[in-house]
Amino acid sequence: MEQLSEASLQQGIKQREKGESEYRLVWKHLSRNRTAVLGMIVIASFILLAVFAPLLATHDPISTDLGNALQGPSSDHYFGTDELGRDLFSRMLFGARISLNIGLISVGIGLLFGIPLGALSGYYAGKLDLVIQRIIDIMIAFPGILLAIVVVTVLGVGVQNVMIATGIASIPIYARLVRGSVLSVKKQGYITAAKAGGMRDSRIVFFHILPNCIGPIIVQSTFQVATAILWAAGLGFLGLGAQPPTPEWGAILSRGRGYMRVAAYLTTIPGVAIFLMVLGFNLVGDGLRDALDPRSRNY
Amino acid sequence: MSGYILRRILLTIPVLFGVSLIIFVIIRLLPGDPAVAIAGVHASQEYIEQVRQDMQLDEALHIQYGTFMSNLLRGDLGRSTFSRRPVTVELGERFPRTVELTVIALFIASVLGISAGVIAAVKRYSIFDNASMLFSLFGVAAPVFWLALMLQLLFSVHLGWLPAAGRGTWMHYILPSVTLGAASTGLIARITRSSMIEVLKQDYINTARAKGVMEKSVIYHHALKNALIPVVTILGLQFGILLGGAVLTETVFAWPGIGRLLVDSLLARDYPVVQGAVLLLASVFVFINLFVDILYAFLDPRISYSQESE
Repeated sequence: MEQLSEASLQQGIKQREKGESEYRLVWKHLSRNRTAVLGMIVIASFILLAVFAPLLATHDPISTDLGNALQGPSSDHYFGTDELGRDLFSRMLFGARISLNIGLISVGIGLLFGIPLGALSGYYAGKLDLVIQRIIDIMIAFPGILLAIVVVTVLGVGVQNVMIATGIASIPIYARLVRGSVLSVKKQGYITAAKAGGMRDSRIVFFHILPNCIGPIIVQSTFQVATAILWAAGLGFLGLGAQPPTPEWGAILSRGRGYMRVAAYLTTIPGVAIFLMVLGFNLVGDGLRDALDPRSRNY
Repeated sequence: MSGYILRRILLTIPVLFGVSLIIFVIIRLLPGDPAVAIAGVHASQEYIEQVRQDMQLDEALHIQYGTFMSNLLRGDLGRSTFSRRPVTVELGERFPRTVELTVIALFIASVLGISAGVIAAVKRYSIFDNASMLFSLFGVAAPVFWLALMLQLLFSVHLGWLPAAGRGTWMHYILPSVTLGAASTGLIARITRSSMIEVLKQDYINTARAKGVMEKSVIYHHALKNALIPVVTILGLQFGILLGGAVLTETVFAWPGIGRLLVDSLLARDYPVVQGAVLLLASVFVFINLFVDILYAFLDPRISYSQESE
C-alpha cells in the first residue's frame, strides 16, 4: 500500500511537472488502446449516421411501396426492401437514432435516480441506508430484461416507455455502484476535514465525494448504454417495445423473421447493426476501465 | 459465519414481501378496471363480477392486499383468462422446461467458458488467448434473438442438421441451449481469465513451482481452485439471468417454457399468468442469490462479514 502511494505520488509530481491533467492522461491511455479506438470509431460512425439520417436516407423510412416488396440489395435500395416495400437502408439510419436515443436517455434516467439514491444511502448509512438498500434489493430481484418487461406491462408499449423501462431497470446498478464508492471515499481524511470545517452535507457530497466516484460511474454508463440498447432491441423483438411503423432495429428484425428463407438480409442487417453498436460501447467501456485505473497504466 | 447466514436469510423476507407488493401493484396500475384486466376483456359480466368479489376489488387497498397475500400463501394465483386453468398449473407445466434449458445452457457455458479462460490465462497473448477473448466479446455483444435466428438459418434451414423449433428429441436442445448460453460463455471465459492471471501472480504459486510441483498440477490444483471463487458467484447470478433471458430464446425456438408463456400472456393481456410468471421468476432469482451468497461465504472464509455489519 505504501509502495503504491509512493509511486502514485511520484507519478503525480511528474504529471504536474509536465503540466498534464488527469483527463489528458486518461485520454492518452485510451487513444493508445487499439480496441478502444476501434470502439470509438464505431460509435462515432453510428452517431454521424444518426445525426445525418435525413440527409443520407435515400427513401422515406415509413412510406410503403408494395410493388417493390422484398427486393434484394441493389443500387436503388442499398440494403433491399422489406415486406411492405420500405427501403431498409433508410429505416436502418433512422433506427440508429432510436437506438442511440434509447441508450443515452435510459442511462440518463438511471444516473438521475441512481446517483442520489446511492449517495444518500452511502453517506448517511443507518436506517436510511437500510431502507434504500431493501428497495434496491427488490428491484434487483427481477433479473435482466425482466424488470424492463414489468415496467412496460404497466406503462404500455412504445419507444418512450422503453426508455423509461430500461432506465428504471438500470437505477439499482448505479445506486449500488455509487453507494460503494461513497462508502470508500467518505472515510478519507479530507472529508473529515471538510466536516470539521462545518461544510454542509450536500456540499460535501456534491463537491468532494461524487467527483471522486466519477470514474466507475463513467465506465458503468458506457456498458449500460450497450445493455439498454440490447434490452430495447429485445423488447422491440418481442413486440413489447417500439410499434410499427417505427424503424426500431429489434422490431425490424422481428418482422424480418417471417421472411428468413426469401430475404435473410432483413434479419441479418439489423442484427449486425445492433451487434456493432453494442460491441462499440463495450470496447470503449473496457478501454475506459483500464485508462481510469492507475494501476494498469504504463508510464 | 452462522450469524452472517442467518442475517442473509432474514434479509430475503423484506425482499420477497416487496416483490409480492410490486406484483400486486402491477394489476392495479393498469389503465381501466382491474376486474376486467384479471377476468379478461372477453369475459362475461358475471365472471367479471365474480372476480371483483373474489379479490375484494371494491374494498380498501390494504384489505385487497391481505386477500392477495392469503391467496398467494395458499398457492392460489387465480386463473388464466385465456385457458381458464389455474395459473399454478400453467406455471407448473412450463417452469421445468425452462429450468432444463437453463441448466443445460449453463453447463455448456461453464465447460466452454472455464476451459477457454484457463487456457487464455496460461497462454497469455497467444493466438488462442486473442481468439477466445474475441469470441467472448462476440458472445456478450450479439443480441441473443439474432444469434438464435442466425443459428436457425444455418443449421436448420441451410444445412438441415438440427430441428428449428419445438421440444422433443435431444437434438431440439442443442440450438436453444447454445444460444442461451453464448453470452454467459463469453462472460465466464473473461472472468476466469482475469481471475486466473491474478492468482498465477501470487507468492504461493511461485512457492509451489519452486518446490518442483509439475506445472499441470500448479495450474489445476493450486491456481484453478482459488481462481474459480469469483467464477462460482458469476455462475449463480448467470443462472438467474439466464432464466430471465429465456424469454427471448424461448420465443425464437418456440420452446414451451415460462419465458414464452410470459411473453404470450403479455401480448394476450392474460394478466393473472403474467403476475404468476413474474412472481415465480423473481422469487427463484432471490433464492439463487441467497444460495450464492452463502456458498461464497463457505468458499472464501475471508469474506468480511463486517461488510454487512458496517
